[in-house]
Amino acid sequence: MELFPAFGSRSLRGAPTMPQSGLSKKIAMFNVETIRKDFPILQRQVNGKPLVYFDNAATSQTPQQVIDAIVDYYSNYNANIHRGVHSLSQEATDKYEEARLKIQKHFNAKASHEIIMTAGTTHGINLVASGFTALLKEGDEVIVSALEHHSNIVPWQMLCERSGAILKVIPMNDEGELVMSAYDDLLSEKTKLVFVNHISNALGTINPIESIIKKAHAVGAAVLVDGAQACPHVKADVQALNVDFYVVSAHKMCGPTGVGMLYGKEEWLNKLPPYQGGGEMIAEVSFEKTTYAGLPHKFEAGTPNICGGIAFGAAIDYMNNIGFKNINAYEHELLEYATKRLLEIEGLKIYGTSKRKTSVVSFNLDGIHPYDVGTLLDKMGVAVRTGHHCAQPIMDYFKIPGTIRASFAFYNTKAEIDVLVEGVKKAKMMLS
Amino acid sequence: MTIKAIQEDLIDEFSMFEDWEERYQYMIDLGKTLPLIDEQYKTQENIIKGCQSKVWVHAEMDSDKVVFTADSDAIITKGIIAILIRVFSNQHPQDIIDADTDFIDAIGLKEHLSPTRANGLVSMIKQLKMYAIAYQTQLQ
Repeated sequence: MELFPAFGSRSLRGAPTMPQSGLSKKIAMFNVETIRKDFPILQRQVNGKPLVYFDNAATSQTPQQVIDAIVDYYSNYNANIHRGVHSLSQEATDKYEEARLKIQKHFNAKASHEIIMTAGTTHGINLVASGFTALLKEGDEVIVSALEHHSNIVPWQMLCERSGAILKVIPMNDEGELVMSAYDDLLSEKTKLVFVNHISNALGTINPIESIIKKAHAVGAAVLVDGAQACPHVKADVQALNVDFYVVSAHKMCGPTGVGMLYGKEEWLNKLPPYQGGGEMIAEVSFEKTTYAGLPHKFEAGTPNICGGIAFGAAIDYMNNIGFKNINAYEHELLEYATKRLLEIEGLKIYGTSKRKTSVVSFNLDGIHPYDVGTLLDKMGVAVRTGHHCAQPIMDYFKIPGTIRASFAFYNTKAEIDVLVEGVKKAKMMLS
Repeated sequence: MTIKAIQEDLIDEFSMFEDWEERYQYMIDLGKTLPLIDEQYKTQENIIKGCQSKVWVHAEMDSDKVVFTADSDAIITKGIIAILIRVFSNQHPQDIIDADTDFIDAIGLKEHLSPTRANGLVSMIKQLKMYAIAYQTQLQ
């Protein structure tokens, strides 16, 4: 079995931690200390303290294997793809298309041309929102959830402005879960599109997307699922979900920034017009008429992020080698431990208390601004996110300016959570 | 006291601290000395943009000097604006316009000048100077 096909048979200089041996026993091998050695950044200090990185929901860290794929590309076969007749171009094209196949396999898409390489989740959402302008008419309805990131709200508001469609919102409850009975009431034959995140970035709630998709399809609406927060935790199967569009960013799952994927069912991608014009996306061009290339190239104008795409493939390999079951089980353990330990602190309130949630703890200290706590935690080497997490409607619901969000990844440890807890206690003492 | 002299005082005060904890504790304490803005001026338009926490600043003239008052919903931000107001309040507008802000580096708060920091220290300085420019124009 070729475990790192992205690297091929190429020998990698400066790749000391390729875990070639023992990978077949990967399930039994989950050892966080070994895994941490794959991440050079985890060895560094911040403000004189060992880095405790709990901002994984904003961006994940990058393992050596992915860094090596990036270095390998620029060191050995950097060339433009799909056009060149020379060997380097062929090689780069092969690797890039190999990455697309890995992504297809990972998300279990029926065909590789249903995988559109994008610059990230936001790009994927905008591509679909732009395409739907032509498909919607005045009075049509589109449904969004109250748990969305701004990037899954604003493009649809812009779509509504262009098309005259009406935006409806599935409300949330105190636990940070969507109120499904309200969703049922919003659905009608007027509903054309539903967009919802798989997992909330601000609270970590796992949304019941299976049921959301089924119900939307029952009234003939298409569904786009924003998988940006899900992709590091859950291996989504787009065919089993029967979802119409699924979008992710590579940098949320150990890959580089500036690259992502849009999965779209072939029938939908064929219906949508191209998003951007340029090279790569055409079949024939004359000043009278241009015909467009087939899928996926129709949506991939210009030179793509070739290196990023290849490194995305390496990131998918890396995470699958660790195994999503292992990742899930371990992160759940971290979540439970962090929740228990943080709640020992008097006056600490956790937002997002659904039983179905990923390893995100969003919290506040009574009467203390989240910004103050975040600033002091940074001085102690602990990286958390503070603020509204680009999800202002959620903060408005709870009537708070923001939260402190600690989000955990499979390379974090309980010892690090202890550092966070002590840090929060110290911050509380200084700020009270 | 001139702006320069106040800045030097601050540098002296902060030089006594050995670690970040003492420095931040002092900033928090300085926040408690902040001349508070009158509630009626806590309006949307007096909020300084670019801060993760809310910061309100009000300015008025007392003969030929600008007097600042402010408040924030975050304690550290309150400390930062208190430091700025101690430096710039009760000064002639032209002196505020001409003043440099190198002291921020010297008191160990340089990290707050980075544009990625969400506290908007840069926006605060800009706003105080904008008030000074407006009053200077009136004086002329």
